[in-house]
Amino acid sequence: MNENTTNDPIIICEDVHKWFDDFHVLKGITTTFKKGERAVICGPSGSGKSTFIRTINRLEEHQRGTIIVDGIELSNDLRNINLIRQEVGMVFQQFNLFPHLSNLKNITLGPMKVRKLSKRKAEEEALALLERMGIADQAYKYPSEVSGGQQQRVAIARALAMEPKIMLFDEPTSALDPEMISEVLDVMRELAHSGMTMLVVTHEMGFAREVADRVMFFDEGVVVEEAAPADFFDNPQHDRTKLFISQTLQH
Amino acid sequence: MYHASNTMAQNSTNIPFWRDTRVLKVLFQILFLLGVFLLAGILYANMLKGLESRGLNLKLDFLRNEAGFDVSDSVVEYASSDTYLKSFYVGVLNTVRVSLVGILCATVLGLFFGIARLSTNWLVRNIAATYIEIFRNVPLLLQIVFWFTVFGSLPAANNSIELFNAVYINNRSIHFPSLQQTAGFSSWVGYLYAAAILAIISVFVLALIFYRKHAERMKEGDDNRYFMHISRAAKWSAVPVFLIVAIIGWFFAPESPFVLVRPEFQRFNVVGGIRFSASFISLLIGLSVYTSAFIAEVVRSGIQAVSKGQREAARAVGLSTGQTLRLIVLPQAVPIIIPPLTSQYLNLAKNSSLAAAAGYDDLFRIGKTIMTQAGKEIPVFAMIMVNYLTMSLTTSAAMNWYNSWVNRIKR
Repeated sequence: MNENTTNDPIIICEDVHKWFDDFHVLKGITTTFKKGERAVICGPSGSGKSTFIRTINRLEEHQRGTIIVDGIELSNDLRNINLIRQEVGMVFQQFNLFPHLSNLKNITLGPMKVRKLSKRKAEEEALALLERMGIADQAYKYPSEVSGGQQQRVAIARALAMEPKIMLFDEPTSALDPEMISEVLDVMRELAHSGMTMLVVTHEMGFAREVADRVMFFDEGVVVEEAAPADFFDNPQHDRTKLFISQTLQH
Repeated sequence: MYHASNTMAQNSTNIPFWRDTRVLKVLFQILFLLGVFLLAGILYANMLKGLESRGLNLKLDFLRNEAGFDVSDSVVEYASSDTYLKSFYVGVLNTVRVSLVGILCATVLGLFFGIARLSTNWLVRNIAATYIEIFRNVPLLLQIVFWFTVFGSLPAANNSIELFNAVYINNRSIHFPSLQQTAGFSSWVGYLYAAAILAIISVFVLALIFYRKHAERMKEGDDNRYFMHISRAAKWSAVPVFLIVAIIGWFFAPESPFVLVRPEFQRFNVVGGIRFSASFISLLIGLSVYTSAFIAEVVRSGIQAVSKGQREAARAVGLSTGQTLRLIVLPQAVPIIIPPLTSQYLNLAKNSSLAAAAGYDDLFRIGKTIMTQAGKEIPVFAMIMVNYLTMSLTTSAAMNWYNSWVNRIKR
């Protein structure tokens, strides 16, 4: 547990199931994340780890079970969905920046349209965020004019601009060239130390060991094993976990 | 080194021309063009000889002769005593009119049904799909004749259908209220000029103020920022200044510049207001609806070409479905839509030559009348073709310009 973790649960998942047609992706996930907790989710591809974090801001609908985020149950109630999306920020593997808007406008769009901030206030906040990301000088460029690492940091700033309580990261460094991975991880590390609740799907085991409070291992739609990073890496209980760790750490 | 370059130079000068690819490339093109010109020349000479043997020529002076036929629709004054040239001009205007209004209607309808086709609502989605499949798959000629027949079955003029005391519909025409210029109009135009000049001045002044204020940061060479200041100045000063002066002018003009004229029913007919003939309306509906079905498909494919990640990202920052469409998806879909959209515009303009089916006197129909009456097939055919070509190439050029303007932002 880090210095920021509290005992207040912020995300409660109970028996969450999800099917893509006949394919059973999530087979009953039950877990609780506490305010300020940093969880790293790993597992082989197709294990349901991305789908799981995407259900938390309802980019994917779960079909059975309940998910409660900060006291709001995720249902088909439009108002709840809109409330959740403002509380949960998301960072994607492919950045998904809006190519027709400058980096600054990518960040100010949400605050202006959803939080109804004035343009001046939104730009002030956006510039401060870019400063924090170390890319204030890229504000007026377009996403296609900056590097992948910088794009991902703009995307993180875009998510933070909505002042979310929870940040979801869906393989944030997987699409990056190796030399740019660390600049994104640095930003995430800083964010973790600021007390943000973070759910990170990643293969960066070094990051997991250093920052995470808990590592969850997904396989075939179930949580096979979850533990504090030290236990998880040095003393895995399940054979499947042992195999995964040996394969990931070897290279 | 010296030796090597020397042999290379020798090599390139020593190639005989019939083996030199540079010479051959040009030579073949010249030979081909010569062949084309020769063939065209033979055909042209042959045509002249044929015309001469029948006592015909390619001179255009017949265009000054009296046309002697009436035209059903005209936006300009025309009588049967006018010249062929005048009647041809009327046809050109009619084609341009139905094409422009048709393009406008088809775009609005197409955008609407294209978006509706992707709705998450089952009913909306399927209504749109039905509309598209019906109107895309029934021949255009049939549709035009259908609308014209529908019109023909409406009551006669002395029994016109009246809507809201403002619109009259009968089997010959539709009448809408119109705005008519008054004596006050010309002085209002003076105010409009003044408004435009003041608006432009205000943009320059504001841009200068912005520039002064941000001169420091400008030095970093951020031309995006400079562009932003100018467009912001334009938005915040030009439009309000222009509107305010125009409104002041409206009240200060000696007389209100426009008055609303309602059509009125008098004895046997409807008079006043603006009149559209049944021919024009049936052709317009036929062309717009048919083309809108294709445009809807173009819009749909454009929207679908925007990656799913864009929509997810927009939803993740909390934008509503409508905001996502308007601010994220459509701006990225437009550059994809424009090239196929241009083709649809060109199709609509060219398909307007089916006007005869609704009895509308377009360029082609009037041209054909002139042809038969004056017996001048070849010159009139050429004139018609040149007109369609000019219209289409102008449309293409305008759309290409718009395309590059749209793409300027995206880089």
